[in-house]
Amino acid sequence: MDHLDQLETQSIYILREAYKKFGKLGMLWSIGKDSTVLLWLAKKAFFGHCPFPLIHVDTTFKIPSMIEYRDKLAKELGLDLIVHKNQEALDEGIGPEKGRLACCRALKTDGLQQVVTMYQFEGLILGIRRDEEGSRSKERVFSERNKDSEWDYTNQPPEFWDQFKTDFPKGNHIRVHPLLAWNELDIWAYIQRENIPLIDLYFSKNGKRYRSLGCWPCTGAIESNAANIDEIIEELKNTNVSERAGRMQDQEDAYAMQKLRKDGYM
Amino acid sequence: MESAKEISRENTRETLKIVVVGHVDHGKSTLIGRLLFDTESLPEGAIEKVKRICKEKGKFFEYAYLLDAFEEEQKQGITIDTTQIQFFTQNRDYIIIDAPGHKEFLKNMISGAANAEAALLIVDAQEGIQEQSKRHGYILSLLGIKKVYVIVNKMDLIDYSQEKFNQIKAEFSDFLSNLDVYPAKYIPVSAFRGENITQASKEMPWYQGESVLEALDLFDKEKGLEEKPLRFPIQDVYKFDDRRIVAGRIETGKLKVGDKILISPGNKTTTVKSIEHWVEKDRKDTVQAGMSVGITVADEFFNKRGEIISHLEDPPEATNLFKASLFWMGKADLLKGKKYKLKLTTQEIECEVYSINKVIDASSLETLEAGERVGTNDVAEVVIKTKQIVCFDSFGENQSTGRFVLVDGYDVSGGGIISGALEHINLAEDDPDSVLRVEKRVARTDWEQRDNQRGRVIWLTGTDQARFELAVRLEKELFDLRKRVYYLDSALLTRGLSSDVPPSDIDEHTRRTAEAAKILVDNGLIVIAAPLANADLDSPQLIIGQNDFVAVNVEDTNSVNKKLEEVLNLIIAK
Repeated sequence: MDHLDQLETQSIYILREAYKKFGKLGMLWSIGKDSTVLLWLAKKAFFGHCPFPLIHVDTTFKIPSMIEYRDKLAKELGLDLIVHKNQEALDEGIGPEKGRLACCRALKTDGLQQVVTMYQFEGLILGIRRDEEGSRSKERVFSERNKDSEWDYTNQPPEFWDQFKTDFPKGNHIRVHPLLAWNELDIWAYIQRENIPLIDLYFSKNGKRYRSLGCWPCTGAIESNAANIDEIIEELKNTNVSERAGRMQDQEDAYAMQKLRKDGYM
Repeated sequence: MESAKEISRENTRETLKIVVVGHVDHGKSTLIGRLLFDTESLPEGAIEKVKRICKEKGKFFEYAYLLDAFEEEQKQGITIDTTQIQFFTQNRDYIIIDAPGHKEFLKNMISGAANAEAALLIVDAQEGIQEQSKRHGYILSLLGIKKVYVIVNKMDLIDYSQEKFNQIKAEFSDFLSNLDVYPAKYIPVSAFRGENITQASKEMPWYQGESVLEALDLFDKEKGLEEKPLRFPIQDVYKFDDRRIVAGRIETGKLKVGDKILISPGNKTTTVKSIEHWVEKDRKDTVQAGMSVGITVADEFFNKRGEIISHLEDPPEATNLFKASLFWMGKADLLKGKKYKLKLTTQEIECEVYSINKVIDASSLETLEAGERVGTNDVAEVVIKTKQIVCFDSFGENQSTGRFVLVDGYDVSGGGIISGALEHINLAEDDPDSVLRVEKRVARTDWEQRDNQRGRVIWLTGTDQARFELAVRLEKELFDLRKRVYYLDSALLTRGLSSDVPPSDIDEHTRRTAEAAKILVDNGLIVIAAPLANADLDSPQLIIGQNDFVAVNVEDTNSVNKKLEEVLNLIIAK
């Protein structure tokens, strides 16, 4: 088994553990490359089926073609898709101009919390990776959140021998991270190897492409001529710029992501 | 020359995970910083930045700061934990799992080190072997990490003395051999001065061995797991379509279509019918250690998570009593006689510590007084008794089926490795096999003859409203026909018999409903069973048996009359 085989088999093992252990389980799907890989892995794990709903926390600020792509794919694949908006906050006029962190908190963190409460999810599968940014590098594969979705990162349980945290008080939930050990290049190499369909925003048009997808007011495209996966892989091997450099909420202050994630951000 | 960074990340390249452990201040950070620097694995500008900061603060430059700077971005003030750092050589990629040396962070150190394939155990040449040098040596042995080099650091502080090096080597080998750890190499280095890190040191001509980096490339990846006896723990059983797929990861050995297999405990045998796949390129006739797979089998039993599939000739141990060494990280002490959950591969079984034979101070190997408890961060030799039969191998034979964790309340609190099975203690209350079976004088057929009816289970699925209506009406009709009938309501079971099963564990609720129905049928009864919603049909049918099982689906209340008539006709016709 090569490097990608090992990552794949481990992720499948994690997905199957989550499916077995949590009665109420959902998977976050952001339309981006990582959660699309995650969906592919789920179909491998469950032999062509995805036995839990996908959840999209829609901020209403997403790049419009993401939403088009979402609806097209959901229809094609017959996905059980939950789309949720924090309507209350939107009605109150929340937006990035009210402060990026406040906006992320209301539309993503709180939006997600509302979904968890509404459907009483015990487990949520997310496509975060350790190499993306600091606070994610400290994550466990099965990571507990309390009833308010808060993460006690100072007191994480030991996790070894693939014996994950599956016991927790009622009301809490577990964030499951099957892609934690993958890095950005692994994701691209796997998309190429498996020929996974992907939204075209990642590929260069007129000298620009997106490296990480998010809301349009806070996500910048990068200068790039990489128009196919080979060229993207070549570009990434030679860059010193971080993947999420175009995500403005991360740059709000030095501890932005840590603060957001402590409160339940994905 | 191509730099290692440029040639890295080809997917055919091998990745080896290593952990660097040792007493605090013995030079872990310096060694890692040096390795990152010498293999050009640092982000551009990192070294200039660190040099500038040192100059501003009036400090001498140290390689250890490179690691700090590297981790700073990742850390962002988050508490100490394990992190993963990559570097590359011409031969392969490495992931260094950085584990802190402080005693109180044992659980973090273990979370990191348990994933490592090889370890560097670092010792300060001047200070010699210290408490954590020994403790970490012990943990490596408990984690089964056999590929170990001892790095004797700070040789520059003892004038590169061969005599002192040999002395440390002799002393440490002596200690480690007691733990069954036999380092393949002892390497004298000065991480600070770069001696023996990437190439042979001119300062130590007496040392003929490899530098650290050369030696790292000599660590062999663990191979041969596929040559060991087959161990395929069932993770789950899927019935998403017409296939009944037994899913799990092959821990060791190989499996191919047509193989005769044994399922333990229970000693059921069958044959592998197919190996399933989703995309065409994943089609395989043989699968092996490390792969997450799914198979179908020729004979359908009630398979469930936790059972272990092997070949007939080489099954795992199956007993309820075994000896183990364990490390304890719980907030509360481990207590003899208290109930814990044991997790071993995919098995989860209630257990207790039957006896504590030895509590060991991990740093001195001294035996502490063995009593009723094991304290946090202590290591102990114990005997564990499980409530049901558990399947395993000794850790020496098979690492993945020879290790387990203990869960105290909600928390994984200890880990252990099994040294061997003990003779099975036959206690009636915890071993169903030893309960004396008495020949009954009234058989099921006697009941059936006397009552002029045939026992069976009417298993109702569909919408709750419709099937509950059907159930109560059917019961009344049959009663009026003087049939012996019982309406087994799953909801009732959840309040009593199954009150210990969480609502989400549909499989277990279904299993219990089916087992209860089976007992009643054995009495010649007609059982109307309404399982919880979402229960599958497949496992109850396997438990109850095809001949006694009648599935009836009723989706809306308008069709209740029709279904009622159908079922009554079936029963009257016998």
